[in-house]
Amino acid sequence: MKTSWQLYLDLVKGLWRENPVFRLLLGMCPTLAVTTTALQGFSMGMAVVFVMILSGVAISSFRKFIPHQVRIATFTIIIATFVTITDLTLAATFPPMSKALGPYVPLIVVNCIILGRMEAFISKQPVSRSFMDALGMGLGFTLALIILGSIRELLSSGAVFGYQILTTQAAGGWFRPWVIMILPPGAFITLGILLGIINTFSRKSKVG
Amino acid sequence: MSLLLIFISATVVNNFVLSYFLGICPFLGVTGRLKSAFGMGIATTFVMTLTGGITWVVYHLILVRFGVPFLQYVAYILVIASLVQVIEMFIRKSNPSLYRALGIYLPLITTNCAILGLALFATLRDYGFLQSIVYGFGAGIGFTFVMLIMAGIREELDLADVPKPFQGAAITLILAGLLALAFMGFSGLIYA
Repeated sequence: MKTSWQLYLDLVKGLWRENPVFRLLLGMCPTLAVTTTALQGFSMGMAVVFVMILSGVAISSFRKFIPHQVRIATFTIIIATFVTITDLTLAATFPPMSKALGPYVPLIVVNCIILGRMEAFISKQPVSRSFMDALGMGLGFTLALIILGSIRELLSSGAVFGYQILTTQAAGGWFRPWVIMILPPGAFITLGILLGIINTFSRKSKVG
Repeated sequence: MSLLLIFISATVVNNFVLSYFLGICPFLGVTGRLKSAFGMGIATTFVMTLTGGITWVVYHLILVRFGVPFLQYVAYILVIASLVQVIEMFIRKSNPSLYRALGIYLPLITTNCAILGLALFATLRDYGFLQSIVYGFGAGIGFTFVMLIMAGIREELDLADVPKPFQGAAITLILAGLLALAFMGFSGLIYA
């Protein structure tokens, strides 16, 4: 029974309660790789939203015609096509961002979030619900990337989205940038601690 | 670049998991037990070595020949998915006990970003045929190496007193960070 309340729930669940990165633990690879700055995280998130919505609508529309045996292969081809479009569009319109995100844009093809949602939800639901699910999951992913990217950017350079918040010692201030935050160890540790903190709060809300 | 250098670079200097953040899903999911980590690692290495070679052939002898290099992503993922399917069928027929041991891991290898990443990197760096194969093999060995280390640590961790919210993925990620820190010590090995 498609009600607007149900569609609203489909959209909102991807944002926090079933956030793909923090709760479903999917799509970790790009989460760690591109979040050196908040803007990069945002851009990657937008690319994934784009791919998810287009693939989701396409797959949901054709779900009655895709044979069960070859469904994974079909999903993958559809996703790969949209990722190719996204990659070329990004390279043409924002070349520096395309260079910064590098090989992680084509790696959206194997992003577990997209394939996972197609398999679990979108291939079995009508287009309206699939659209909302794809949008919600994509935005939830973007939110996770922005949070992680902001933390890493703030601690490694004192800025968020390019806006200087903490004055670095080089500019005469007090803040000594944590270089580790740009490097792989910083990414791993930040995400690990973030997950631990989020788990603490969601446990509390379950008990309390 | 010499084959030995490519191998060492792929294994430890630019480890696929700890430097390029590829293969995190199996890294978090399958490193609970040493046995499963080892099985996944070996299977992945096998697929990666073959992928290196086959994607080189597909790119240079098919895509470029027909003037459609932009179909790279579609072509590569098809190759990888088919390869995993064929390997699965082959193992099922030839070695049923191995098939049972690997269980669900085999189909999961298809979505391992490390495989596609390997193919993309090899194409990007314009490696030759033999170089691509060695690169795939090295990447797989490096992946297995890190999986084994993490599985070993996590098995010990079962006896430790990890706070409830941090159990599972959170503590594994923090450990991976420390491991990545240690592996950064290899970075001076290749003077490129």
